Amino acid sequence: MDYSLTLLKRVLTEAKTVAVVGVSSNPVRPSYFVARYLRLKGFRVIPVNPGLAGQELFGETVYPDLKSIPFDVDMVDIFRRSEAVPPLVDEALERWPSLKTIWMQIGVEHTEAAAKAEARGVTVIQNRCPKIEYQRIFGELRMGGFNTGILSSKL
Amino acid sequence: MTKTYGFDTLQVHAGARPDPATGARQVPIYQTTAYVFRDAEHAAALFNLQEVGYIYSRLTNPTVAALQERIATLEGGVGAVCCSSGHAAQIMALFPLMAPGRNVVASNRLYGGTITQFSQTIKRFGWSAKFVDMDDLEAVKAAVDDDTRAIFCETIANPGGYVTDLRAIADIADAAQIPLVVDNTTATPYLCRPFEHGASLVVHSTTKYLTGNGTVTGGCVVDSGNFDWTASGKFPSLSEPEPAYHGLKFHETFGALAYTFHGIAIGLRDLGMTMNPQAAHYTLMGIETLSLRMERHVANAQKIANWLENDPRIDFVTYPGLDSSPYKDRAATYCPKGAGALFTFAVKGGYGACVKLVDSLELFSHVANLGDARSLIIHSASTTHRQLTEEQQRKAGAAPEVVRVSIGIEDADDLIADLDQALTKATA
Ligand SMILES: Cc1ncc(COP(=O)(O)O)c(C=O)c1O
Repeated sequence: MDYSLTLLKRVLTEAKTVAVVGVSSNPVRPSYFVARYLRLKGFRVIPVNPGLAGQELFGETVYPDLKSIPFDVDMVDIFRRSEAVPPLVDEALERWPSLKTIWMQIGVEHTEAAAKAEARGVTVIQNRCPKIEYQRIFGELRMGGFNTGILSSKL
Repeated sequence: MTKTYGFDTLQVHAGARPDPATGARQVPIYQTTAYVFRDAEHAAALFNLQEVGYIYSRLTNPTVAALQERIATLEGGVGAVCCSSGHAAQIMALFPLMAPGRNVVASNRLYGGTITQFSQTIKRFGWSAKFVDMDDLEAVKAAVDDDTRAIFCETIANPGGYVTDLRAIADIADAAQIPLVVDNTTATPYLCRPFEHGASLVVHSTTKYLTGNGTVTGGCVVDSGNFDWTASGKFPSLSEPEPAYHGLKFHETFGALAYTFHGIAIGLRDLGMTMNPQAAHYTLMGIETLSLRMERHVANAQKIANWLENDPRIDFVTYPGLDSSPYKDRAATYCPKGAGALFTFAVKGGYGACVKLVDSLELFSHVANLGDARSLIIHSASTTHRQLTEEQQRKAGAAPEVVRVSIGIEDADDLIADLDQALTKATA
C-alpha cells in the first residue's frame, strides 16, 4: 500500500483524539510507546484494552472496548492481529458516524474491513505506524538518515 | 500524489534542508561527539529506540544523517547507514543477516579486497562465502543452501568489463527468501539503481564516485525496505526479540525501516565503524555533482575504449559499452546512460609492456583507487588483486597481462594523447 505524504499529513494533522486499541501498559511494547509518543505530540490518546479497563494510562481512563468510550474520537489505531480487525471496524463505524480515520499498525491488514470503512467515507491506513509517519513528515526521521521524501529550502 | 523530483535535484537537495538552528544553507559539519538530552525521560526514550534523535556520534550525527538520506533517496531506498569505508559497509550489510555457520553466495568477479574479506576474514566470525560465476545461473542456484543468508555481487564488477544480470540473480534470491546485496560502487545510482532490478540491499564505497575527488574513505549500506524479514524465519536478528533492547522486535516495531534501525542501534553501536562528519561533508560536496561527473566519466570512457580497441598495440579491451563486449546488451539494460568508466585492456607484449605503460604515463596516476575525477591506472594482478591466486585473478578479470583504468573527467583527447605516448614507449 502506498500512501502519499499529503494524505498522511492530512490524517495526522486532522486527528486530535485517537483511540488506541490493544494498548499495553508495558513501556517497551510498541503499542505503549507509540501511544506515549502520540500523547507527547499533543494528541489526546484514549487507551482501549479490556485487561486494563478502569486503570489510567497517558492521563486517560482505559476503556474495555470502543463502544464504551463516551465521547467522539477522530481516529482509531489498531494494535491487534489482522483477524481481529473486522469486528473492531464494525464497532468503530457504529459508534462514531463522524469517524475520520482507521489506522492499522505494521503487520495489520484487512482488505474487506478496509473497503467497508472506506465505503463509509473513512480514510483507512494499513500496515503503517503513525509514529513513524509522523516522524517522517515532521522531520524527526531525518536524524536517522531515512528517506523522508521531503525537499525544501525553507527553514 | 507525493511530489517526485529528478536525479539532479535530489543529488543537491535530498537530506539537506537549511540548518534549523542557524539557517546555514550548506549542511554544517557538526563536529560534536554527544548531544544534550531535554530531560531524563527524553534520554530514556532515545536509548530505548522509542524516539529518533541524537545521542552520541558513534550512532548518529546530523552531517552524516544528511548524507545518509541523500544516498538513500538517490538509490530509491527507505534508509541508509554510512560507515567508515566500503569494506566496513560490507560487514555492516551482512551483520544483521549472518550468524556462525551461515554463508553468503558471492560472485567470483568482485573487487579483490572483497574476495579476500569474504574468503578469509569473515571466517573468523564463523561465516563463509561460496564464490560462483554469476553468469552460470544453475551454479548460483546450486550454491544457495539452507544456511545461505544473502547473495552478493557488484553491478559493474571491479576491475571492469563485466555487468551482472541483476534481475536473474534477484529471482534466485527471491525464490530462496534471501536478500540480494549489490555493491553499486562502480555504477553509482546515476547509472544503475539495483532496487529497480530486484535487489534488496545496496552497499557503496563512497570513497569512489560518490565523493568523486579522492579525498575521504567511506561506505554506505542502503535498504530498499522491500524485504520481508519475518516471512522465512531466517533472520532472527530482525524478527525475534532483541535482548539488548528489552525484547524489542525490529521488524515488528519499525516495519520497512527495521534493517536501517538495526544498522544504527546494533551495527554502529557495537561494531563502531562510523563515518565521521568531516568525511560526510566531503562526500556531500562531491555528490552534488554526481550526475554531471558521471556523464563525463562515461563519455570519456566510451571514447577512450573505442580508441584503444582500434589501436594495433592493444590486444583487447573489456569495456561493456563496446560492440565487441559480450555484455553490451546487458549494459544497455542495466546502465542505459553508460557502461561506467572502469575497464581493463591487454597490451601486446604482456606483463612487461603493462608495467612499462604504467610507468610511462604522465596524466594517469598510478594508484590503488577508482572513481576519482582524475584518470587512474593500475596493474590489478600485482596490487588490488594481489592476494588472489592466478586462477582467481583470471576469473575476476584481473589477469596478469591486463591493466585497469578508471577514466576521469579530463579532456578525453589529452588522455588519449597520454596513452598514445606511453604505449609507444611500452611497446618499443
Ligand atoms: C567495488 C568496490 N567495492 C568496495 C570497495 C572497498 O571500499 P573501501 O576502499 O572504501 O573500503 C572497493 C575499493 O576499491 C571497490 O572497488
